[in-house]
Amino acid sequence: MILETLSNARGVSGNEAAVRDLILEAVREQIDEHQVDALGNLICLKKARAEGDGQPLRVMVAAHMDEIGLIVTGINSDGSLSFDKVGGIDDRVMLSKQVLVGDNAVPGVIGYAPIHLISPSERLKAPDMSKAVIDIGAANKGAAEGLVNIGDYVTFHATYQQLDNERLRTAKGKAFDDRAGCAVLVELLQSDYPVDLYAAFTAQEEVGLRGAQVAAYRINPDVAIALEGTICDDLPKEKDDDSSPVTQLGQGPAITFMDRSFIADRRLVDLLIRMAQQHDIPYQFKQAVSGGTDAGAMHLAREGVPSVAVAVPSRYIHAPVSLLSLNDFDHTVQLVRAALSALQGGLPS
Amino acid sequence: MKELIRQLVEAYGPSGHEGQIRALIEEQVAPHVDDVRTDAMGNLIALKRGRPEAGGGGKSVMVAAHMDEIGLVVTYIDEKGFLRFAPTGGVSPMTLVGSRVRFANGASGVIGWEKWMRPEGATSRPDLSELYIDVGATSRDDAPVGVGDAAGFVRPFEDLGQRLIAKSMDNRISCAVAMQALFDLGDSPNDLYFCFTAQEEVGTRGAVTASYGIDPDLGLAVDVTLVGDTPKARPMAVSLGEGPAIKIMDSGMLAHPGVVRWMMETADALGIPYQREVLQGGSTDARSIQLSRAGVPSGCLSIPCRYVHTPSEMVDYGDVQQAVSLLVELLGQEIAL
Amino acid sequence: MIESTELLRQLSQASGVTGYEDEVRQLVQEAWEPLADEIRTDALGNLIAVKRGQGDGPRPTIMLAAHMDEIGLMVSAIDGNFVRFTTVGGVDLRTIVGQEVTVHGTDPLPGIVASRPPHILTAQERSQVIPLEKLFIDVGLPEETLQQRVHVGDLITMRREMISLAGEFVAGKAIDDRAGVVSLTVCLDMLQGMRHTWDVYAVATTQEEIGLRGATVSAYGLAPDISIAVDVGFGKQQGVSDSKIIDMDAGPAIAMGPNVHPKMHERLVATGKQYELKYQTEVIAGRSGTDGWAMQVSREGIPTAVLSIPLRYMHTTVETICTRDIERTGRLMALFIAGLDEAFLGEMGIEKGAGA
Repeated sequence: MILETLSNARGVSGNEAAVRDLILEAVREQIDEHQVDALGNLICLKKARAEGDGQPLRVMVAAHMDEIGLIVTGINSDGSLSFDKVGGIDDRVMLSKQVLVGDNAVPGVIGYAPIHLISPSERLKAPDMSKAVIDIGAANKGAAEGLVNIGDYVTFHATYQQLDNERLRTAKGKAFDDRAGCAVLVELLQSDYPVDLYAAFTAQEEVGLRGAQVAAYRINPDVAIALEGTICDDLPKEKDDDSSPVTQLGQGPAITFMDRSFIADRRLVDLLIRMAQQHDIPYQFKQAVSGGTDAGAMHLAREGVPSVAVAVPSRYIHAPVSLLSLNDFDHTVQLVRAALSALQGGLPS
Repeated sequence: MKELIRQLVEAYGPSGHEGQIRALIEEQVAPHVDDVRTDAMGNLIALKRGRPEAGGGGKSVMVAAHMDEIGLVVTYIDEKGFLRFAPTGGVSPMTLVGSRVRFANGASGVIGWEKWMRPEGATSRPDLSELYIDVGATSRDDAPVGVGDAAGFVRPFEDLGQRLIAKSMDNRISCAVAMQALFDLGDSPNDLYFCFTAQEEVGTRGAVTASYGIDPDLGLAVDVTLVGDTPKARPMAVSLGEGPAIKIMDSGMLAHPGVVRWMMETADALGIPYQREVLQGGSTDARSIQLSRAGVPSGCLSIPCRYVHTPSEMVDYGDVQQAVSLLVELLGQEIAL
Repeated sequence: MIESTELLRQLSQASGVTGYEDEVRQLVQEAWEPLADEIRTDALGNLIAVKRGQGDGPRPTIMLAAHMDEIGLMVSAIDGNFVRFTTVGGVDLRTIVGQEVTVHGTDPLPGIVASRPPHILTAQERSQVIPLEKLFIDVGLPEETLQQRVHVGDLITMRREMISLAGEFVAGKAIDDRAGVVSLTVCLDMLQGMRHTWDVYAVATTQEEIGLRGATVSAYGLAPDISIAVDVGFGKQQGVSDSKIIDMDAGPAIAMGPNVHPKMHERLVATGKQYELKYQTEVIAGRSGTDGWAMQVSREGIPTAVLSIPLRYMHTTVETICTRDIERTGRLMALFIAGLDEAFLGEMGIEKGAGA
């Protein structure tokens, strides 16, 4: 399954080649053209397959290949590795995790002082990860230098696994933000559409929507859709707390009306809702204005591009391992497929 | 001009939801321009073409006044029908408790605070997460609006004679200034693009795509600026009633020195008083225009305004009228930087 | 050969606050004119020198960028006999109290950033950084004269002569990033005697300190095939953790990370090795904060490299640098450029402009 393959693949922002190669292999038969640009975006064109009047609409659908991670900044005399974060990671989720370093996936751990040696008051504080190191077991600097290099990218180590096969069809794995979106886009390329579909597997989203910015400039699309794995905060709440869960697992794809990077084009939001209703696909809104997506960069490209974002709800994003429902995943594929098919003849007004 | 101002400031149009205010402006400017269009971001772009006989050396000039206003957008409706929201633009929770809002479909509501009349409310400031909109619904199902719908503030226009108060003086007063200048302008050697931009309050976004599309020789934003003339205000050498301000710098950009000089010399020649503006905090569409493509010399004509980003913003009518006169003169002449 | 330390002295001592780079640009233009085939200034004041490569066109192009603007101050109000001001760019308020400045009014006026004597301050006041609202500049003129000679919006620059320290180190203001501009000059100078087939755009950029604005528009205007940004990096100094710094007098740091195309990094390192130049490497995990961050995402994207010249005490008036590192940076770029051929773009696997 492509989601499993992509979730297990390793590709921190700026180092997306391995993920890109896997995707290209998976879609090569379905596309007419592809190119890799200066940022490492993979841009695939699947031309319109239906007869229609005039030029088919150019629709850019983007999913980012990169994941949050770490980068080695120094090799210390004791063989440990100093690191910096790439993308937004909560310090509190990093302690006592397994990581893989560099292209050769050298295993390592992020250790910390034993609880016995930490004062009770200190235990209540978030750890200061600027002092933390990665331990790859190397005895000294020389030994470490034989295994890793400064500048090596580091991913969390977590393996994809399906947890429930019947109802919610849950699966856990790393980097569902945004390999879930990439997998949806790979699935979408299996079908034909009445529009020119530019499938953009983008780079460097987590460090500032940078891949999508240049890809959108190049493609110059009429319409843009970002596919995401988005925040799902449906954990139990206190008794009279009726606040937003942002999204809920199993309730269908989440449509963004606004996030910190853009305001969705209302025509596209309405189109998605109409398609969901017509095809009996469950959907929900992303019920918060938080985070940013490639849509933030795409909608400002050149003279502006009507844009929307659709996401697979994913619990625990930006942490080492996340969890989603394959029902939501399938429904996202169905919803976007329906929307792309309905874009024949242009954007509804 | 006050009737025009009243219509504009009372209209609905939070960022990303500019349809109603755009229609209002379009209807009035259309008879005065050669072309009018709306781009993908919802910017209204009205072109008054240059007339060669009005003098040679015409430039293409983008005049940008944003038409969106700060507002709220519904993020969640709880079981009892109360709406939680996020701000569109720089909304201070201080200004919200007890405020009235209105949605595009006409539904109205009032903003409540969880801590109102509770002991902790007496000693703390509201946080956005503690506020909600009450639209008179009794459950999630009978709420007259949905998640993603946006609300604007409701306040009537008040004419105090010399001083005017309204919601959304930021930046409808500048829309009024740009429109009045357009109405008053004769033939100009310049191609004048009057842009009523969208989504300024969420990061000067509309101006990004509008300026890319127009690719002007020169950019001029019209917007409000802060003042230092109220009790214990942050020191700032701009006051209400001492003329429009010519921006030298704000926290998003440095105006092109040649544009600043051109604006000041034009004002001097006309005998219009003006103030030199160095703004700490805030920026305008000019910052986006300046960075468009290979760069555009840009500046900003500012209307001094008190209580910016509250539902009761105050401007001076004299400043407004002088801004119109200055803008007419700036746009009607041959421009040499 | 250009006298690079002398050029650095001139540039360091010139005024060029962000948005008002004219004086520096004039000096850079004089230095570059004999070294370039063509020279021009764009809409935001970026100075662009073109040095054409040998052979028939169209030739691939490389853009080199170093910013010429410096952080500074601007008059925000006149308050009695004193001048109020605001900052342009990231000025550390702790470093300017007691600093001598020039207020660029109707004529340049010497001034002092005022401080109150410690004797009359409370212990608490002495422990706090003085906020901008309580800082004033005194130019020693009475209010009436002051009103005539100084206006809101006038620039204020630091008064500081560059001095030579031991071991070819120098200290002064605005070495960030005039040192980078000097390294571009060294590069252009070296290229006079070398064969290169690519066209070189050397750009002294404006408005870097308030958001990489000059590089954004000049990269769009030039649309180069590849680009290198030269800026200063945090040199090893007391009080800063070793993991955040690069070594002084150890050559330019060739960056790696998301801002840098791996092939660009690889080729620069290979050039350094081949010619036995001193260089070092550094990791920048995300935003580099240099012009390279803007150039990389210009138009359809530009393969970019970032070189950092080690510098101590950044954003103060005693920025300290080793002049040998400036020379090394220029030499590395020149040799890199001389080694560029048609095949290099192909090595990166990039198809320019196709697809749209």
